Amino acid sequence: MRKQIGMGAAVVATAALLAACSSDPEPAETTDSSAEPTTEESTGAIDASGQTLTIWTDAERQDAIQTVADTFEAETGATVEIVQKNFEDLRNDFIAQVPTGEGPDITVGAHDWLGALVEAGVVNTVDLAGVEDDFEEVAVDAFTYDGQLYGLPYATEAIALIQNADLVGDTAPTTWDEMIEMSVEAGFEDRPFILFTNGTSGDGYSAYPLQTSFGAPVFVQDESGSYTSEVGMGGEAGEAFAQFLYDNGQAGTGYFSDTIDYDTSSELFASGESPFILQGPWMPFFDAGDMNLVVSPMVSAGGETAAPFVGVQGFYVSAQSQNTLLANDFLTNYMATEDAQRALYEADPRLPALTALAEEFSSDPITAGFVESASQGVPMPSIPEMGNVWDLWNAAEIQLITGTSDDPAGTWSAMVEELEASIG
Amino acid sequence: MANNDAVTVKEPQAPQESHARRWRGLGWGFIAKLLMMALVNALGLAIIFSAVNAEAWAILAASAALLIAANIIYFSKRTLPLKYLFPGLIFLAIFQLFTLAYTGYVAFTNYGTGHAGSQQQAVEATLIQNERRADDSPTYPLAIVRDGDTLGFAVTDDDGFVLVGTEEAELSAVDGAVIDDRQVPTEVPGWTVVTRAELFADANLQNEVIDLRVAVSDDAEDGSLRTRDGSTAAIYQSSMDWDDEAQTFTDKETGTVYYADQEVGNFVAEDGSRLPTGWYVTVGFDNFVRAVTDQNLAGPLLKVTAWTFAFAILTVLTSFGLGLLFALIYNDPRIRGRKWMRTVFILPYAFPAFMSALLWRGMLNREFGIINDWFFFGADINWLGDPWLAKFAILWVNLWLSYPYWFLVCTGALQALPSETMEASKIDGAGRWRQFRSITLPLLLVSTAPLAISSFAFNFNNFTIIYMLTEGGPPFAGTSGLGSTDILISAIYNISGVSGGSADYGLASALSIIVFIFVGIISAIAFRQTRKLEEI
Repeated sequence: MRKQIGMGAAVVATAALLAACSSDPEPAETTDSSAEPTTEESTGAIDASGQTLTIWTDAERQDAIQTVADTFEAETGATVEIVQKNFEDLRNDFIAQVPTGEGPDITVGAHDWLGALVEAGVVNTVDLAGVEDDFEEVAVDAFTYDGQLYGLPYATEAIALIQNADLVGDTAPTTWDEMIEMSVEAGFEDRPFILFTNGTSGDGYSAYPLQTSFGAPVFVQDESGSYTSEVGMGGEAGEAFAQFLYDNGQAGTGYFSDTIDYDTSSELFASGESPFILQGPWMPFFDAGDMNLVVSPMVSAGGETAAPFVGVQGFYVSAQSQNTLLANDFLTNYMATEDAQRALYEADPRLPALTALAEEFSSDPITAGFVESASQGVPMPSIPEMGNVWDLWNAAEIQLITGTSDDPAGTWSAMVEELEASIG
Repeated sequence: MANNDAVTVKEPQAPQESHARRWRGLGWGFIAKLLMMALVNALGLAIIFSAVNAEAWAILAASAALLIAANIIYFSKRTLPLKYLFPGLIFLAIFQLFTLAYTGYVAFTNYGTGHAGSQQQAVEATLIQNERRADDSPTYPLAIVRDGDTLGFAVTDDDGFVLVGTEEAELSAVDGAVIDDRQVPTEVPGWTVVTRAELFADANLQNEVIDLRVAVSDDAEDGSLRTRDGSTAAIYQSSMDWDDEAQTFTDKETGTVYYADQEVGNFVAEDGSRLPTGWYVTVGFDNFVRAVTDQNLAGPLLKVTAWTFAFAILTVLTSFGLGLLFALIYNDPRIRGRKWMRTVFILPYAFPAFMSALLWRGMLNREFGIINDWFFFGADINWLGDPWLAKFAILWVNLWLSYPYWFLVCTGALQALPSETMEASKIDGAGRWRQFRSITLPLLLVSTAPLAISSFAFNFNNFTIIYMLTEGGPPFAGTSGLGSTDILISAIYNISGVSGGSADYGLASALSIIVFIFVGIISAIAFRQTRKLEEI
């Protein structure tokens, strides 16, 4: 996970520790645990009366955090002040308020804010050494920036292939061609599959599983899971994906179009106009509950794994917190526990980042489908360079989908060149 | 007020004094004033005390000055006009001047993502970012120990040895320590063990513990112990060295030196590379210069500015024209059911604009929208995806939204026109067109021109319609993040980063000031022109 800085330095350090002992050491005497007055004291119960921990959250998660905070208050005597804000305001308010000293100790947040938070210098690193392995790898990767872990993850979200079993049966397809064939046989040759394009704006996020199935990631990841600023979607792989978009756009089969915004995509799928859609668990038709749905990882169009972007939600600690010790204690000993994570899931059902819970809730086939999709996904890059990507990327995809450019490879590589130039 | 017996004798020749000067006694009015001022003083003192608590000295000074001024003004007999003006002046200062001055200040800084705090905070953040846990560092059970004022870490290593170290002294083994069943040292000879209960009860101690680094050996490269939770420690290594005197960071691995550059608010190396976290500094006119010279920004901003003017002017002209036309037609007494029809005309005006815009967005959808389906035989017209058509769509929808307003205003103004003038002109032989051009329109403009100016100013900043209908799209080529239908205010919204992405409050404030100047100048010119109209 961590950047391989000073590889082996710790070995040296451990040796140094031993060397330090070599004079005339005797191993410390272990007290008999029965001699200890109570286990309470031996585990070091803390008394933080008079200390206040401020936590920012949005309305959905407030109750769950309150439950955990109540336990924390009861056991430590600390006061937890929970401040509710709009989720959209949290990021900017955190950046603006932390430097003034008015910020919270902990805030709920999305992992893709991380680049901005690090640039603003408002977020502290966390150490989850004991519990890191209990979480889904992609969730921990997402909160890793330049080899450092900056947050405690608790939920993941990703898009997946949703199919209307009443129209095409409940067997999930495994390849793009198979999916199209199933649709066409069922009589949906006009629109065998719905690709959300955010209307005429374009949406690289939704098309990303298709893109990665051609082996063309936006940015290259290093071995620790952190994204580098090296653009990975150029070259042949990217051009093959561009050709694919073009071939299935308005100049080709016509499966993709720039007319699919959020409401349209939801309406088309819910009314049975098309049997397949690539979307997330937030779509309103899940709540209606009257459709017979199958959720599975996106099919591959280019032969490689179709990896969606995974968004991760979690908790950040402020770099200017006056209660860092208490905040860390709250996160690692209270928030990272299974009970706390369960409470969060029950308050606001998103895919749990804690592996044990993700498996438990996978008894629900729809959740299982999204969990499976997320587990083959990659974290959405949180590096600041990602900000330069969206406009160019979305616009190029729209050009290919509408068929306005008849040189797909050229359009794509021009976009990649412009992107590389803007990153510098 | 006037029922005061003390002032029954009046000097007949003297000009009448105002109540406030004339009135001398301690009647009910004075008591009411005293109570009001007591409330004002209580509020003022509350603000002053909370400012002291928050150490906000500027607010303290300002509120103290205002409070003293209030007391002088309302208890003195000399300051009559100020008694009326003072509350208004305070509101003007707080809600207008302060905001204006603060926006002005931010416009001359680089405040935004990457430049959010002070240099001290940037140093702290950089140190945090570059202190990494050593790859195979074990997690040591830890006890905080102290000897007088010296704070130290006592840890138990894998072999059961207890080691103690402080900020000054590196870790070394101690004999005779006692550990519990979780390997945490409970007794260390020569040291007092600080229990977790004591640790968490003391906020200052917590911060000392968080900041404490204990070298594991005399070689700094080996790293140092650090704790995050007070019960375990691990070895961390810092890859950046901060030199407080030289104000430089040195990368230990590469040897690169990053200097604190106060011009840009970043730590910059000789080769131009910079550390991610910066601080905010005043940058003079840089933001204004950037708006016109930055290659990525200047072109799109120029187009956005041109379109902002076109949008505001065309919207006012078209909606005024259509509203006036309908007002003229439906003002004719020969039309039956006029009242009923007028009510229906006003409907678009009655809907919330953002909802109408969203509905239009759906109706203008190229494939599924009813506009193409019903009115253009299902033709494939990309209303919102083509730069020119999107502009047209914006103007059209805004016309639909705003002509009822002008219909209302013009109907009212037409009905207020003196009928004698009309009749006189008719007798003089003026035709309908001549009557309209020479009498109706000029008289109408006297009352509607100020409204047209305010409508222009409103549309200049009409964020709702742009954001709800096209979100500024279709985007320009390049990475400016702006689009063909963006007007200045929606461009500012994008640049400020409120909607996500990186924020540049400095540039956004600079553009806001430019918008303010535009609107101000145009309004001033337009009002001067209107005054000429009134002379007709």
